[in-house]
Amino acid sequence: MNIHMAPGDWLALFGQYLLLSLLSVSGAIGTVPDMHRYLVDQHGWLSDMQFNASIAIAQAAPGPNILFVALMGWNLGLNAGGGLGAGPHAWALGMFGLLVMMGGILLPSSLVTYNAARWGQRNRHRRSVRAFKQGMTPMVIGLLLSTGWVLVRNGAAEQHPVSAWVLALVSAVLVWRTRIHLLWLLGAGAILGAFGLV
Amino acid sequence: MEPAPRPGPASLTELFLAFNWLALQGFGGVLAVVQRELVERKRWMTLDEFVEEWAVAQVMPGPNVINLGLMLGDRFFGWRGAAVTLLGLMTVPLVLVLCLGLVYSHFQNQPQVAGALRAMSAVAAGLIMATACKLLPALRKHVLGMPFCIGVAVVSFVAVALVRMPLMSVLLVVGGISCVLTWRKLKP
Repeated sequence: MNIHMAPGDWLALFGQYLLLSLLSVSGAIGTVPDMHRYLVDQHGWLSDMQFNASIAIAQAAPGPNILFVALMGWNLGLNAGGGLGAGPHAWALGMFGLLVMMGGILLPSSLVTYNAARWGQRNRHRRSVRAFKQGMTPMVIGLLLSTGWVLVRNGAAEQHPVSAWVLALVSAVLVWRTRIHLLWLLGAGAILGAFGLV
Repeated sequence: MEPAPRPGPASLTELFLAFNWLALQGFGGVLAVVQRELVERKRWMTLDEFVEEWAVAQVMPGPNVINLGLMLGDRFFGWRGAAVTLLGLMTVPLVLVLCLGLVYSHFQNQPQVAGALRAMSAVAAGLIMATACKLLPALRKHVLGMPFCIGVAVVSFVAVALVRMPLMSVLLVVGGISCVLTWRKLKP
């Protein structure tokens, strides 16, 4: 996939991620639908495949899930540089994309957390602090469900509508209700997918 | 009586290594790993502290585990500690994820690889939905009542996932209304 990124586009991308960082109350994964809207639908900077692969790879790897943003940035930069085969120039752009998006998604939230954490801890019995904490909970649940929904709809469900939804729902119930290790589920999914069943 | 001396990391290096090790064990859900490493093994926090700080880390914008690391690192070594935990959580996992990404892009034209990843993304989506379900018990004690809370969750789901409205406006309107109503119900 090949795209053109003008300096103004990079700036807009950085700005968008600064904003998303402040909106990521349930963690960045709750902002995935908005990232999809911005990166794939609105600008066409990433393909659906790259978008979903970034999330799936980061989920399958150890470490904070936020690293899916790093992979998206890397892929976007590569797209701007003409792809992996285009050589060092493209890799440098990939690294640049990674830094732009990770910097954007982490900077505001880390600064806010760093400065607000002590205050919040000292004032955790205040009505306003409790109201914010409690008031956001139902919304966070809705946002997490949205993320799951958007991932299935724009990913696996395009090729295998029924089995993709069944696999997603069965995994959801197993993770919710049992203590099964996530790696078993991801492994089972990989096998089903490799045989073309999902 | 003097309180028992709190165990804590002796150096920035120890802090870095501890969070690095923690991040490398965190497949999918880090919550359990954080609790086991920091509370049970290192004893850098008590269980009560962990629950309270995790709640704060969750309410703040940004990834929970990174927020918790920032808060804890800051408590031990100030801003240097916060920076070191952030680096500890990210560096090695970032390299791993990039390597996996490279491996994937090399083989992505193989239909089996593309299919495997497609199905894995469906599983990943299921995991995220399960996280939402795990939060449901938190609504039971909610001052607005379970039915109203489910209403808020459904409205935000419909707005974001089905109508595809920008997150900003949904957060401001739906989240704002929910917070204000909660505030009015809470006793001062």
